[in-house]
Amino acid sequence: MPSDRKAPLPLTIAAVGGLLFLHVPLGFVILYAFTTEERSYEFPPPGLTLKWFSAVWDRPDVWSALRLSLEVAALSTALALVLGTLCAAALSRRPFFGREAISLLVILPIALPGIVTGIALRSAFNLADIPFSVFTIVLGHATFCIVVVYNNAVARFRRLHGSLVEASMDLGADGFQTFRHVILPNIATALLAGGMLAFALSFDEVIVTTFTAGQQATLPIWMLNELIRPRQRPITNVIAVFVILVTFVPILAAYYLTRDEDPAHRTGH
Amino acid sequence: MTPAVRFERVVRHFGQVRAVDGVDLAIEPGEFFSMLGPSGSGKTTCLRLIAGFDQPSGGHIEIFGERVEGVPPYRRAVNTVFQDYALFPHMDVLDNVAYGLMVKGVGKAERRAKADRALAMVQLATHGARRPSQLSGGQRQRVALARALVNEPRVLLLDEPLGALDLKLREEMQVELKALQRSLGLTFVFVTHDQGEALSMSDRVAVFNEGRIVQVGPPEEIYERPRSRFVADFVGGSNVVEAPLAAALGGPARLASLRPEAVTLLAEGTAAAGRMVRVRIVDSQYHGATRRCLVALEEGVVGARLAVAAPAARAGGFAVGETALVSVDPAALWPIEDAG
Amino acid sequence: MTAAVIAAPRPGALGRLSDALFRHPGLLLALLLAPPLLWLGVVYLGSLVALLAQSLFSIDEFTGQIDRTLTLSTYGELLRLANLDIIARTVLMAAAVTIADALIAFPIAYYAATYARGRTKALFYFLVMMPLWSAYLVKVYAWKLLLAKEGVVGWVFDALGIGVVLDAILAIPVIGGPSLSTSYLGTFLVFAYVWLPYMILPIQASLERVPKSLVEASADLGASPRVAFRTVILPLALPGVVAGSIFTFSLTLGDFIIPQIVGGSTLFIGQAVLIHQGTAGNIPLAAAFTVVPIVVMGLYLWGAKRLGAFDAL
Repeated sequence: MPSDRKAPLPLTIAAVGGLLFLHVPLGFVILYAFTTEERSYEFPPPGLTLKWFSAVWDRPDVWSALRLSLEVAALSTALALVLGTLCAAALSRRPFFGREAISLLVILPIALPGIVTGIALRSAFNLADIPFSVFTIVLGHATFCIVVVYNNAVARFRRLHGSLVEASMDLGADGFQTFRHVILPNIATALLAGGMLAFALSFDEVIVTTFTAGQQATLPIWMLNELIRPRQRPITNVIAVFVILVTFVPILAAYYLTRDEDPAHRTGH
Repeated sequence: MTPAVRFERVVRHFGQVRAVDGVDLAIEPGEFFSMLGPSGSGKTTCLRLIAGFDQPSGGHIEIFGERVEGVPPYRRAVNTVFQDYALFPHMDVLDNVAYGLMVKGVGKAERRAKADRALAMVQLATHGARRPSQLSGGQRQRVALARALVNEPRVLLLDEPLGALDLKLREEMQVELKALQRSLGLTFVFVTHDQGEALSMSDRVAVFNEGRIVQVGPPEEIYERPRSRFVADFVGGSNVVEAPLAAALGGPARLASLRPEAVTLLAEGTAAAGRMVRVRIVDSQYHGATRRCLVALEEGVVGARLAVAAPAARAGGFAVGETALVSVDPAALWPIEDAG
Repeated sequence: MTAAVIAAPRPGALGRLSDALFRHPGLLLALLLAPPLLWLGVVYLGSLVALLAQSLFSIDEFTGQIDRTLTLSTYGELLRLANLDIIARTVLMAAAVTIADALIAFPIAYYAATYARGRTKALFYFLVMMPLWSAYLVKVYAWKLLLAKEGVVGWVFDALGIGVVLDAILAIPVIGGPSLSTSYLGTFLVFAYVWLPYMILPIQASLERVPKSLVEASADLGASPRVAFRTVILPLALPGVVAGSIFTFSLTLGDFIIPQIVGGSTLFIGQAVLIHQGTAGNIPLAAAFTVVPIVVMGLYLWGAKRLGAFDAL
C-alpha cells in the first residue's frame, strides 16, 4: 500500500542494506575471476589477470558440460511450454470438478523440496530399469519447469477477456482460427517470458539433476564437482561469471515482457 | 413472410436456474426489435442463443426459416456488438473491422476497401490506423458497430451497447443507430434495461421478466396499455392502482395502471368537472422540464399514495405539506392483470 | 444480399473438428488436459508412489539387497538416535533460517511496497528477482569465497581490528567451528542468503495488497503510525510471511549442497538421503528420510492454509 510520506531513514538503510547483502557476494565472485592466486580464496587478491578467461577454452570438460546444459534446457523448455500452456488453457476456463486438485498437482514439483523430486525419479528409473541419459535429465527438468510456464500463461489467460474469443467466433473464425489470430498473439509474450524463466531455471538447476544424470555433467554439476574437488579455482569463477550473464539475459527479458502484470505471478511460484 | 428470428418454446437452464423459461417470439425482417427487462430476466441469454454462444436446453430457434440449434456462431450470418466492445487490442482499428472478412479469406485490397467504407459509415474514416486503446468509449463503440456491419449480417445483435456511455453521447448514438438501421434495412435486435432507450428507438419491444416475455408490442402499446403490474411499473414507473383506490378516483373498481402524467394536480377550491379528491403533498422533485410529486389521499382511500407528473411551471406552486386536489380522467385508468 | 443464413463448415477435418469441439466443450477440456496430466501423473506422481513404496521395503543387512516385503522397519531405523539427530538438526536449521529471513526481508519488502515508486520500484523488483532466478551454485560458491579463513569476511574483521571478535564467535560451541566456512554459523548464513528473495517477494505482494484506505482509516480513528503498523499492516502482511516461510522451510529441509560446501562434517537430511541411496544402495532408508520433509511440509502447508497464506501466492 503506497504511502505519500518519505521513508524513515532507518527503514531505508535496512532496505538498501538488505539489497546490498543480496548482491555484494556476487560482486566478489566476479572479482575473483580475475585473481592470480590459484589455490586459495585469499583476499585481497594478490594480483589481477585475464588469463583464466582464455584458460577456460582449453578445458574440454567445461565445453561438454555446457553443451549438455544447453541441450537439456532447450528440450525441457520446449516440453514445459507445450504442457504448461495446455494446462493453463484448460484451467482458465470455466471451473470444473477437480480443478483445484490439478492446479495443486502442477505446483507440487516445485513446492516439494528438490530432493524429493530427485530421488523419486531416481527410484522410479531404478525400478523400471531406465538407464541414465539426456532423456532422464530432461524428464526431471521439464516436470518442474511446467509450473513456471503455467503461472505466466495462467496470469495472461485471466487477463484475456472471454468476450474477445466470442467476438472472434461471432465474426466467423472457428476455434483454430481464433487461436491463431486472437489467442496466440495475446499470450505470446507471456509464453516467451515463461519459456525464458524455464530456460534459466533448467540451466541453473543442480539438485534434481544430481539424481537424474548418472555419469553426465551439466554445467552446474561440473561446478559442484569443482567446489568439492577444485582444480583451478579461478576457472570456476570464470564459469560462475558466465552463468550469471547467461541467466541474467532471459530474466531481464522475461521481466520486460510481463511488466504490467500482477507481481505475485511473475516469480513462477 | 418468414420471420428473421423465431423462438418456439425455447428454454435454457443452468442447473436449477431457468434463465429462459419458455419463450416464443417472432422478429420481423427489417425491424428494430428491443428486448427490455431487469438484470437476470433472460434477455441477454436470448440474445446469446441467437448469436450461437449458448445452446437452448429445449425448444427451437430459427433464423430466416433455418433451424440453428447446434450451429456454432462462426457459421451463422449473425453479428454481435458486445457490451464491452471486445475490440482486439493487438490489432489496429482497420484490421479489427476487417477481421471477419479476413477469416473468410477475402483478399487484402478488397477487405481494406470494405473496412474503410464501414468506418466511413460510422464517421470514423480517419481512425483506421489507431489502436483501440487510443480511442474513447464512444469511438470504440462505433468501431465495434462497423466491425459487425462490414460482414453484411442478416441480423445484427446489440448487447446493451450504450450502457457505458454518458448521457449526451448515449442520446446521440441512439439517433445514429436508428438512422443506420433505417438506411440499411437490417433487422436489429437490441437488448437494454433502460426503458427510455427501448421506447425511443424500437419498432417493437418485448418486455422480459424472470425468463419469460410478459408483453410484446409497439412502444406506445407497451407504455399506454401495459398488460400487467410488472410492465406498468417497469416501463415508465406507472402508478399501480388497486381496486378501492380506482373506485375512489372515479373509475371502475378494478386493478389498473395510471400514468403519473394523467393525474392532474389542482389547487384547493378549484371547480372542475369530474371527481376530485383531496390529497396532501408528501414529496416534490424538480426534474427541469417536469415536476414529480408524491401525494397521499386524505379522503376516499386515506393514506394511499400516487405519483403525479406535470410540467414544472404548472406544478411549481405546490409545496410539501400543503393540501391540494387531484382529478383523473377515468379513461386513463388502464385495467391490468395482477400477474407479473 | 441473400447470403446463406448458415455457412458450411470449413472444408476438411479441421472444420469438422472445430464444430465438434465447440459442441462438446468437455471434449476440448479433456484434450487440453490429457498431455499435461499424463505427464505429471506418470512421471511425477508415479515416481512419488515408487518412492513411497521403496520406503516400505527394507535392506537386508548381510546381502545389501533390497527386500521387497512390506515393512515399517525402515521407518523404525529413522528413530535411531543418530538419525533423529540428523532430522532435528535439519528442522532447527530450517526454523532458524526462516526466522532470520523473515526479519531481513520485511524491511526490504516494506520499503518496496510502501515507498518505492515507478522506476525505483521496478528497479527494486528486478534486483530482488535477479538473485532469485540465477545461479544457485554461484551464490553458494560466492559465500565459500567470502567465508574462507583467508577470505573477505576474515579480512574485514582484521582490518577493523576486531579479529578477536570473529575468533570468539567461532569458539562458541555447536554453532562455531574452525572457520566460518566449516561451521553451522556459516551454513546458516548461506541458507539465509540464498533463500532471502523467496521471502521478500511474497511479503511485498501481500503488503501491496493492503489498501491504502485501511491505513488512512486507522489514522482517522486515532492510531499512531506505530500502532497502525502493529494492528493493521502486520497482520495483513502475515500471510505473505507465511507464504515465504513455506519456501525457506521447504528448501532448507531438502538441501544437501549447502551443508556440504559450507558446513561441519555432520549431516543434514538431504545429505543423508544422498549418501544412503548412493554407494550404500540403501534406497529404502533414503526414501524414508525423504518422507520426513514431505510430512513436515504437509503439516506446515496445512497450517499455512488455515492462516490464509495461499492468497499471497
